[in-house]
Amino acid sequence: MTKTRKIVLDVLKPHQPNALDFSSALANLGPDYRVKLIVTEVDKKTESTIVTIEGSDIHFDDIKSAIEKMGASVHSIDEVEVYGAEP
Amino acid sequence: MLLSNKEHLKLHLLRSWSIARRYMVTNGFDGALTMLGMVTGFYISGMTELSVAISACLGAAIALFISGLSSAYLSEKAEREMELRELEQALVVDLKESDYGQASRYLPMLVALVNGLSPLLLSLVILMPLFLADQGKASPGAPFIRAIVVGLICIFSLGVFLGKISKTFWLWSGLRALTIAIVTVVIILFFGHFF
Repeated sequence: MTKTRKIVLDVLKPHQPNALDFSSALANLGPDYRVKLIVTEVDKKTESTIVTIEGSDIHFDDIKSAIEKMGASVHSIDEVEVYGAEP
Repeated sequence: MLLSNKEHLKLHLLRSWSIARRYMVTNGFDGALTMLGMVTGFYISGMTELSVAISACLGAAIALFISGLSSAYLSEKAEREMELRELEQALVVDLKESDYGQASRYLPMLVALVNGLSPLLLSLVILMPLFLADQGKASPGAPFIRAIVVGLICIFSLGVFLGKISKTFWLWSGLRALTIAIVTVVIILFFGHFF
């Protein structure tokens, strides 16, 4: 099994929940998740953001469904850091 | 740990609290003033049959409850659906299963309940002296006068509540609401003398 240590996502989100609530919700998905969110563009109803999540074992599916639950959508996976399983 | 659905929904509930609060005051004021008007009308007409007055006032209170419930539900649901559609268009996603979708389903019910219950409960409080007098549990006298006083206190309290919300001097806000109620009573008493 491989382990994802870092993932960078391009996310389009509504203004609510705000960046802090949004990041906190994602950080709560794993015991050692570190989340960094940068708002790159603000529109009338939406915000374009770059979300960087780091952790020892990141589960993308959980992250994606949590993002969608908050009314946002993942546009693309811009960067990943994956480690192979130890023999 | 995933931020639970309840917590997400709570955030939406907090945001919609201001809407519910507005409805509560608006329709509560409506209900209290209607009851005050009816009770004053019964008083000026010299009505002695308390059960007739109670039935008439209860009928009005229930009508206010149903009217508040249905009107707020229909208007709030339409507003929420429009907001959801606009957000869906902006995000180009289906938000039915998201917190926004859930909020657009549940919040109209909550707001409608607040809008319906506020006039009903205030009406029942104002009618309490009539109920008690009808049951023979209150001292004889003028139950209508007592109901009018309770009505004025309710309206004053709504004014105080508004003052707390707007962070203005509560007494001034309460007195302003009370003035409206007293003017209403005076107008009813004035016209009551001609009929």
